[in-house]
Amino acid sequence: MPMTDSWQTAEIPGPKKASLIIKPDIADALISRAKRPIMIVGHGIIEYEVEGKPLIDCLIALSRKAKIPVVVSASTNKEFLSRGFEPAAIMSAVEISSRLTDPEWKGLDGKESYDLAIFVGLPYSMQWTILSGLKHFAPGVKTMTFDCVYHPNASWSFPNSTIKDWAANLKGIVENLED
Amino acid sequence: MSRKSVNFTIKEINSDLAQFRDLNITIGSITRERWEEPMGPTPYPSLTTLRSWDQRLLSRYKPFYMPFCDLCCLCTYGKCDLTGTKKGACGISMPAQQSRTVLIAACIGAATHISHSRDLLNHVIATSGRDCPINVGGTSVEVEAPITRLVCGVKPETLGDLEPVLDYCENQLTQLLAVTHTGQEGNHLDFESKVFHAGMIDHVGMEVADIAQVSALGFPKADPEAPLCDLGLGTVDTKKPVILVIGHNVPPATAIIDHLKETGLFPEVEVTGICCTALDVTRYSPRAKIVGPISWQLRYIRSGVPDVIVIDEQCVRTDTLTEAARIHAPLIATSEKNCLGLPDMTDETVDAIVAGFVSGKVTGALILDPEKVGEVAVATAMAVAPKRKKHSVLPTKHQLGEWAKKCTQCMLCRRACPNDLPIAQAIRLAASGNLSGLDELYDDCLGCGRCESACKQKIPIHSLIVAAADKKTREETYCLRSGRGAIQDLEIRKVGGPIVLGEIPGIVAFVGCANYPKGSREVAEMCMEFARRRYIVCTSGCSAMSAGMYRDEEGKTAYERYSGAFEAGGIVNVGSCVANSHIAGAAIKIASIFAKRPLRGNYEEIADYVYNRVGAVGVAWGAMSQKAASIAAGFWRLGIPVVVGPHGTKYRRMLLGRADKDADWFVYDARTGEKVYGGPVPEHLFFAAETKEEAMVMVAKLTMRPNDTSRGRANKLANYIDLHKRLVGGIPQDVYRLVRTHADIPLTMKDECLLHLSGHDWKESPIPDPTLLPRMVHQKRGD
Repeated sequence: MPMTDSWQTAEIPGPKKASLIIKPDIADALISRAKRPIMIVGHGIIEYEVEGKPLIDCLIALSRKAKIPVVVSASTNKEFLSRGFEPAAIMSAVEISSRLTDPEWKGLDGKESYDLAIFVGLPYSMQWTILSGLKHFAPGVKTMTFDCVYHPNASWSFPNSTIKDWAANLKGIVENLED
Repeated sequence: MSRKSVNFTIKEINSDLAQFRDLNITIGSITRERWEEPMGPTPYPSLTTLRSWDQRLLSRYKPFYMPFCDLCCLCTYGKCDLTGTKKGACGISMPAQQSRTVLIAACIGAATHISHSRDLLNHVIATSGRDCPINVGGTSVEVEAPITRLVCGVKPETLGDLEPVLDYCENQLTQLLAVTHTGQEGNHLDFESKVFHAGMIDHVGMEVADIAQVSALGFPKADPEAPLCDLGLGTVDTKKPVILVIGHNVPPATAIIDHLKETGLFPEVEVTGICCTALDVTRYSPRAKIVGPISWQLRYIRSGVPDVIVIDEQCVRTDTLTEAARIHAPLIATSEKNCLGLPDMTDETVDAIVAGFVSGKVTGALILDPEKVGEVAVATAMAVAPKRKKHSVLPTKHQLGEWAKKCTQCMLCRRACPNDLPIAQAIRLAASGNLSGLDELYDDCLGCGRCESACKQKIPIHSLIVAAADKKTREETYCLRSGRGAIQDLEIRKVGGPIVLGEIPGIVAFVGCANYPKGSREVAEMCMEFARRRYIVCTSGCSAMSAGMYRDEEGKTAYERYSGAFEAGGIVNVGSCVANSHIAGAAIKIASIFAKRPLRGNYEEIADYVYNRVGAVGVAWGAMSQKAASIAAGFWRLGIPVVVGPHGTKYRRMLLGRADKDADWFVYDARTGEKVYGGPVPEHLFFAAETKEEAMVMVAKLTMRPNDTSRGRANKLANYIDLHKRLVGGIPQDVYRLVRTHADIPLTMKDECLLHLSGHDWKESPIPDPTLLPRMVHQKRGD
């Protein structure tokens, strides 16, 4: 299937579309360059595995390595807690995203605005519309998605990928990051 | 009240100023009014009358826009790219364009209800007379039309009195639609205010429709013990001729019932329905059966069970004619708004129409006379049923396997599925003879059929899913309490105090369509959970059906388990979409009957009361339509929050509060006039939840109001914290924002709450007598 078509065929946005993360180095560079990244995790992560391990473990490793605070939606919190990982906040996707459009919001810790928001695991159409909101109304925030499907409204997205390719990329992103 | 035009002619008058001859003067109308309550400040509000109220709400609940399309293509300047800060050729910005689109949706929704209301009112006036008294609950309901009284400042007594109310709605709707023309409104918040206006007008239109049909058609009148009726595919006796009615406007369906009764054929024929016509026909006769929500259309038609399909208006699949033809079932269209290209046979004789259907020469007809529809539908069903032999287009198990083998695993089906269901994987399993995957899809399938349209192999995927779930469909045998209509004044008097004081933690209304992320069952589970927790649960529309499509561990449905009374722990099915007005009406009646606030043309004060004191929340878990948008908007203007499912983000914007901004949450203390912190309650006005669990926790939070007594707040907090601990994990991170005094802390959670508060520099704050309206200071009226 085409790598840069919306996963949901009809959800075609407009002229501005996401650039592709075709290899781990791209994502790593974006994460390393970001001053204040944040990760927003939806309940869809539960069903995925990365090379035999739950995706959630990969995300926890990423968070710890790159010191990225994790915001979880309601249904995902327990999964993180059960792994001894305390999310930075429990907030719905629309709440955290709405705050990201406020240039005066100083983040969960009250220190500084975020400049990179990584999304993963929300229902496709919900993430699509939320990323659209950020594309238009959060000019200071770059967005990146870690799902295995293309999200045109993000700044950076994986292409539509096989699970195998996507997992290899994601694993590579985590492994390549400097501790 | 009644309306009469006044004309008088003066043949000749001489005065110092002038001489007149043959002077003809017309005064539009006079009112014969027996309502003694003084008129409030805002009868028949125009587009801007309530603008300042809207702005107060919108200053708290700022729109978060999520464009569904980056372009505007509404005029020939376009397409215009509005990405980011770009402007269109007309100068419009992206926020304005989004709010404009929301207004268009709300106008479509309101127009649909108001048009439905007009058609229905014309019908019942024709059959029952303009002087037919409005009676929605006998002496149990004296405030028969709370929304109409509030908005228009009139007290309708007869069906004829409802006509000028609809005149007003139609007038306002024209004004609102004009707002969306190129080069009209340019400010997004003014668009949003007009969205609220459209919603309010929509609620008036819905109320008119329902009180007209309740009064004239003999529906249950505010009856908590309205009869239980059958619900589900498995309840249909397929040995009988079966008539299927689909839509929202019930007169053709009631005519079918009438004709069956007149001819004594009712025991021999099944009348089944989908969507709101189904709900309303069971209000007319509980012997009719509800097949299911809007999403059951394809699966039921393709099963071949219906022998005749009668459609009216709204939410009817536009390919119903094609689907009906596939199972050799004649289709009768009955609404000017939904003609489907069919020949108008209204003036043909019944025998001629039936003969055409039976011979197969005519596959569908437009019949714009409900009585004739009744006769034709019954006669056709009786004649066609033996010939059709329930001709189904669902594949046999063998055919299913053969179809599945054609699949190339291209994934276009999944990419077309609104719920991103793993269709291709299920078909791969089916190709090897394992139908479990397809069977599982049945529960979450919306029945939209987009998978089939996408399939290059022309596999009838939806039919495969339904065929694989054959056992499940036969076991769909549930029940639903017929829509009771209004809430009794006595019920309001009983629960008004406990609601405002918080002893009843809230009113939660499950309303709207069936565009669910994970099937009907979630609605039923949420309803039962809140009823168990002693909330008052209301249901309507397709959600009312979904609420009944699940049995608990004792085998009981929600309607068998819980009472139909408007009381703590009740599950109250008010009826079809237009009966949503009774839910808003109940909130209004709490302000007017329990708190004795003036109702007449007094919108702001009543909305201010509801917003600050009545812990009501709407849940439209599967909201899909433009009507759902206008219904929600009507609740927003009353200050009632609405929670939608994940598909709800496609409405393009949320209305979200910022609990972290203390300055947003100041209210006037009506006792002193001081501006005081009222707390971030209710935190949001329009919120999309990702999962059922997130929705339930948010609903519990959104029932909080600044006026809650400590006992009430403790009760609401106990539910919020308990749900959070169970569904999310741990104590909520924002409890410190919601506890105002030590007395607010739930007794059973004292230690953990105190520990939480100690970590947040928490201090006690006074509980205000809250209002957003400066003019309400020192005007408290003994609530």
